[in-house]
Amino acid sequence: MRKITFSEATREAMAEEMEKYPEVFVMGEDIARQGGIFGQFKGLPDEFPGRVIDTPISETFIVGGGVGAALAGARPVVDMHFADFIGVCGDEIINQMAKIRYMFGGQAKIPLVLRAPDGMAGGGAAQHSQSLESFFIHIPGIKVVAPSNPYDAKMVLKAAIECDDPVLYFENKVLYKETGEVPEKEDEVPYVIGKARVEREGTDVTIVSYSIGMKNARAAADLLEKDGIKAEVIDLITLSPWDKETVINSVKKTHRLCLVAESVKQGGALAEVAATVAEEALEYLDAPVLRYGAPFTPIPFAPTLEKMYRVYPEDLVNGIKGVL
Amino acid sequence: MATVTKEQARKFYETMATIRAFEESVKRDFLAGEIPGFVHLYIGEEAIGTGICAALRDDDMIESTHRGHGHCIAKGADVNAMMAEIFGKKDGLCHGKGGSMHIADFKIGMLGANGVVGGGYNLATGAALASKMVLKNDRVSVVFFGDGASNRGTFHEAANVAAAWKLPVIFVNEMNCWASTTPYRTTTAVENISDRAKGYNMPGVVVNGQNVFEVYDAAVEAVARARRGEGPTFIEAKTYRIEGHFVGDPEKYRKKEETMQIFHDTDPLTHFLGILPEGISFEQAELDQIRADAVEKIKKAKEYAVSCEYPDPSEYITDVYVD
Repeated sequence: MRKITFSEATREAMAEEMEKYPEVFVMGEDIARQGGIFGQFKGLPDEFPGRVIDTPISETFIVGGGVGAALAGARPVVDMHFADFIGVCGDEIINQMAKIRYMFGGQAKIPLVLRAPDGMAGGGAAQHSQSLESFFIHIPGIKVVAPSNPYDAKMVLKAAIECDDPVLYFENKVLYKETGEVPEKEDEVPYVIGKARVEREGTDVTIVSYSIGMKNARAAADLLEKDGIKAEVIDLITLSPWDKETVINSVKKTHRLCLVAESVKQGGALAEVAATVAEEALEYLDAPVLRYGAPFTPIPFAPTLEKMYRVYPEDLVNGIKGVL
Repeated sequence: MATVTKEQARKFYETMATIRAFEESVKRDFLAGEIPGFVHLYIGEEAIGTGICAALRDDDMIESTHRGHGHCIAKGADVNAMMAEIFGKKDGLCHGKGGSMHIADFKIGMLGANGVVGGGYNLATGAALASKMVLKNDRVSVVFFGDGASNRGTFHEAANVAAAWKLPVIFVNEMNCWASTTPYRTTTAVENISDRAKGYNMPGVVVNGQNVFEVYDAAVEAVARARRGEGPTFIEAKTYRIEGHFVGDPEKYRKKEETMQIFHDTDPLTHFLGILPEGISFEQAELDQIRADAVEKIKKAKEYAVSCEYPDPSEYITDVYVD
């Protein structure tokens, strides 16, 4: 099967959706002339003249304008440049995008995708490295996705663009360069928003993650296997609404749960998974839930400090061995 | 000057009278404890929404504010369904999920009131972007906002883009002199908010917001300009907030007599005969009849709203998502 990068996969998804729907357009900072700061939009402006729009540095407009365009009948994709800049347009996401359908009694739909490149890419420090997905699972009215590999990157983005609800699409900056198998268009299987995937079956522990956290989950499962421990690895893919059933079914089988993400551990999206398992499947757990994430500090700059911010596969392995 | 027929003038008066009757009814019923939430009244400002919306087509779009009943009526919303919404009933425009501050009627291009002051600029500008650059139609959008909202940064982002890309959006500033309890002079250095339009290379015009003909005239020109692809216009309509910020506001920050004097001197309904364009005349009795009919219509709207059911409790969970 052909292999392409995560970044190319998102570009293919955009091109296919723009081809299919004339009302799809994309706007953001430096996406047309530059092709996106990570190259993820390269070539699109030539293929779709006038539909890849460089905006001024105006995040409230990028998002609020996207919402307004959706209300008028377009299907916008808006790019945040860096996920951190979501902080600038909180109202447009929290009070407008997420509320309009409900507060107007279902009169409106907002088929909008907000693309947010996130994560630590080496020295980005406090304002260019964050993973902020967890904020948004607390807000009804929007959906939150965070794919972990090129194939999902493509299929999840296509599903997000076709979705009539607003979707926040978190795409990790380090993952952009990673390659993976992506089938030709005719062999693609559409992604259904809200579905998790059991990526690897196992019997001893369930490891749940998403986005770049999946690298830790997979690496830890490999290390555990060498010691004869079989980990089941679940990629959540969608954080809101998340696939409770797949996780709980797995916990019923393995009786142990380990959660890992790159974002700050406190109040993280996976805390919701832990709490739900405690509410609905506590009797199946043979050990406390293990949870890994970043410490409760802003992201530091110096390599020696940034190193302390990361989770490593060995952390998971040691923790899991401690509860077996 | 845009030509206005007698029939149009009658319609202007009728719309303003309907808004006035609606607001007086809402005020009474809110004070009687019949309406939940908060309500913000448009009394005294009726000529602005009326004159602007009269220049729009049915498929043009407006973004309204928390003080939005007048915009909604002027754009053509059914007053029964509006009143039912304000009473929180299932037959309301938003099925009881929005209320006064979050009322919308997408059938007529009323894209919603906004509970966030200054929340509408980007939405209206985005709608205009969709019309011009994506869907390639000639729909125009309007955003209403007060002088208080003019100090939001969102104004800058939207106005800049609208002018840079010549988007068909009209910024209608209802300069009512008060941001809740704060007089505009204590927070704003420019004499006219529309002076700021120059900074965006956008025409900025000041009109008497108490004169529906003057407002309409400015709107006709701005709409034509927007449809020709020449971009946005900033219309500043000078008015005055006659009521408190919300119904029940004790208004300790200003003198009631002064407000009532301004109302007496500028009420767009009582001064209507004096501002009629040349060649148009009405008998006072005709106008009185229009007002009486409006009061009757709103009385029925209130009765309708009261007769409607509240939404079934099970409805709390619907309309969060499409799928």
